[in-house]
Amino acid sequence: MSMLSVNNLHVRVGEAEIIRGLSLAVPAGEVHAIMGPNGAGKSTLSYTLAGRGGYEVTGGSATLNGEDLLALEPNERAAKGLFLSFQYPLEIPGVPGLTFIRTALNAQRKARGEAEISAPEFLKLARAEAAKLKIDFDMLKRPLNVGFSGGEKKRMEIFQMAMLSPHFLILDETDSGLDIDALKIVAEGVNALRGPDRAMLVITHYQRLLDYIRPDMVHVLAGGRIVASGGPELALELEAEGYDRFVKAAA
Amino acid sequence: MAAVKQTIETVEALERYKHGFVTDIDQEFAPKGLNADIVRFISAKKDEPEWMLQWRLEAFERWLALEQPTWAKVQFPPIDYQDAYYYAAPKTKDGPASLDEVDPDLLATYAKLGIPLKEQEVLAGVQGAAKYAVDAVFDSVSVVTTFKKELAEAGVIFCSMSEAIREHPELVRKYLGSVVPTSDNYFACLNSAVFSDGSFVYVPPGVRCPMELSTYFRINAAESGQFERTLIIADAGAYVSYLEGCTAPMRDENQLHAAVVELVALDDAEIKYSTVQNWYPGDPKTGKGGIYNFVTKRADCRGARSKVSWTQVETGSAITWKYPSCVLRGDDSSGEFYSIAVTNGRQQADTGTKMIHLGKNTRSRIISKGISAGHSTNTYRGLVSTNQKATGARNFTQCDSLLIGKSCAAHTVPYIEARNASAKFEHEATTTRLSEDQLFYVMQRGLSQEEAVALLVNGFVREVLQELPMEFAVEAQKLVAISLEGSVG
Repeated sequence: MSMLSVNNLHVRVGEAEIIRGLSLAVPAGEVHAIMGPNGAGKSTLSYTLAGRGGYEVTGGSATLNGEDLLALEPNERAAKGLFLSFQYPLEIPGVPGLTFIRTALNAQRKARGEAEISAPEFLKLARAEAAKLKIDFDMLKRPLNVGFSGGEKKRMEIFQMAMLSPHFLILDETDSGLDIDALKIVAEGVNALRGPDRAMLVITHYQRLLDYIRPDMVHVLAGGRIVASGGPELALELEAEGYDRFVKAAA
Repeated sequence: MAAVKQTIETVEALERYKHGFVTDIDQEFAPKGLNADIVRFISAKKDEPEWMLQWRLEAFERWLALEQPTWAKVQFPPIDYQDAYYYAAPKTKDGPASLDEVDPDLLATYAKLGIPLKEQEVLAGVQGAAKYAVDAVFDSVSVVTTFKKELAEAGVIFCSMSEAIREHPELVRKYLGSVVPTSDNYFACLNSAVFSDGSFVYVPPGVRCPMELSTYFRINAAESGQFERTLIIADAGAYVSYLEGCTAPMRDENQLHAAVVELVALDDAEIKYSTVQNWYPGDPKTGKGGIYNFVTKRADCRGARSKVSWTQVETGSAITWKYPSCVLRGDDSSGEFYSIAVTNGRQQADTGTKMIHLGKNTRSRIISKGISAGHSTNTYRGLVSTNQKATGARNFTQCDSLLIGKSCAAHTVPYIEARNASAKFEHEATTTRLSEDQLFYVMQRGLSQEEAVALLVNGFVREVLQELPMEFAVEAQKLVAISLEGSVG
């Protein structure tokens, strides 16, 4: 059984139907990439799976480990192990990064009926993960993302991901705004999270990220549907030929 | 971090206004209405000397000639000053009793409110917990003041105003009305005529008050007003930190609370005054009932290098109308104002501060955080001024407003009057709406909508919460969260 199953999904934003019959299956242990031109519905897909308001599902289904995702609140989806790394992470003034993550972690644990993490245990974990991502520990004491550079924000997303230890990861354009060094660090962080119990959906416009995060499958999203699927070589093809062929196919 | 967690737990508890109960106790009232005889009645009840009665009567005469001001951005029907009781007291023996003599119903009331009146209870608390003395004011009278003996050993006088008038007339006569003159404004004038009780603090030269002082005001009686009077004097080189808390039962009619607080800081003295105001805000849907909180608070930094810091957390009251201010008279004196004002439902707030720079090289700092939700209106109004002689005056003002939902309003009305070319005044202001994007981001990490609002709001007010004494910061954080319940979605 696939960890994530999306079946004939239709999503409306305002008057426009953006996702039009999308189907996708990501088994546990695999990394799938979704590539596509601007306006194909990549971000709509990630927001819909995470449960953002304003994205109206008009048909189809989406399940995570067999459970209906679409019936859950965003926080309930998070507690079930869904994590979305934002394309544009938000600034949270006045709330230190560590406080934010600990509050989130404990909220998730509580929702799952688990005990809260102790302060020493949390700090130990935070120090270890911060070191891996080359994040200065003092930065975690500053209000989350406030005044951070684009690269720092993306690194904080991966740090949060490592701390929250989700089952299903959606990376929405994680490579945008990153220079090559930052990209390598972020990719290493993501790769460290690969495992038989996890699955990932890597959404990207460019093939570059996939040099560092090797996908098991590549899907092309155009016109609100998956129009082609293949191995990693498909990403290279796209890089060489562009999306035109698929956009025409979708139209 | 613990505080955030506590906030979340509180939000989950889903309490609206938990202080809304009424204590069923025998009370003594003055006849309804307001006239010179009522003023005499109050004065006589308190066994006051003749000079005090004359002071009150003079204030009453002046009040009759004044008109209620209308410039604030608040709306309410005319107040019928004859349709209220100006004195209400629990029937007990004369004056603030020792704890053993206090009516058990009253003790139970304070226990329910979480106010420690038994000194041993405070002491028996967690090791390292700060000790603080409490003056408990119930309607028009102070029922008990704790730790008086220990404070007296340090030379600190902490008692009810009634007691101070009897026991320390020389101090009261010297300072009462010296910061807020009788006819300063309509409500201060009314207070001067009919003030009931309040706290009096005197810290002698060079003494650092050994514990936090606090007064807990409780309105209980129906159709009554509370007119307390607080006077705090920090003599040369003294330091004191003081906190007031306020609650009232839920009632359908509006009740007037018109207090006057005067602070005097002499050379090198420092006063830190914190308020956690949680008067009944009225029904959130209909706007019925609630307290009119029309208060005059002013500090006189009379001495050189003196310092006064106001911190307020305003979550309650149907209408809040007040401007805790600093008159920076002494050279090199400084004033601070840190404020969190939360309005929800149909609440209205018009609050801020005045920093009047009179001495040389005086400094002031204003940090105001207004949060409006529901159908409420929240106005920051502030004045920063220097006169011609006040060279080297500096002010920094930061006014931030946060809007939650689509039916609330925030206004910022800063007045700046610099009559001196050397003044450096800075003013920063922002207005933001709690964004859907932020809420979704926080919820995606695992917090429910209520928890997400609490977290974001706590972040917004953090700068001010840090100024409160530790125990109260936690309390205040909880209050803010409760006040904003149901404000989204």
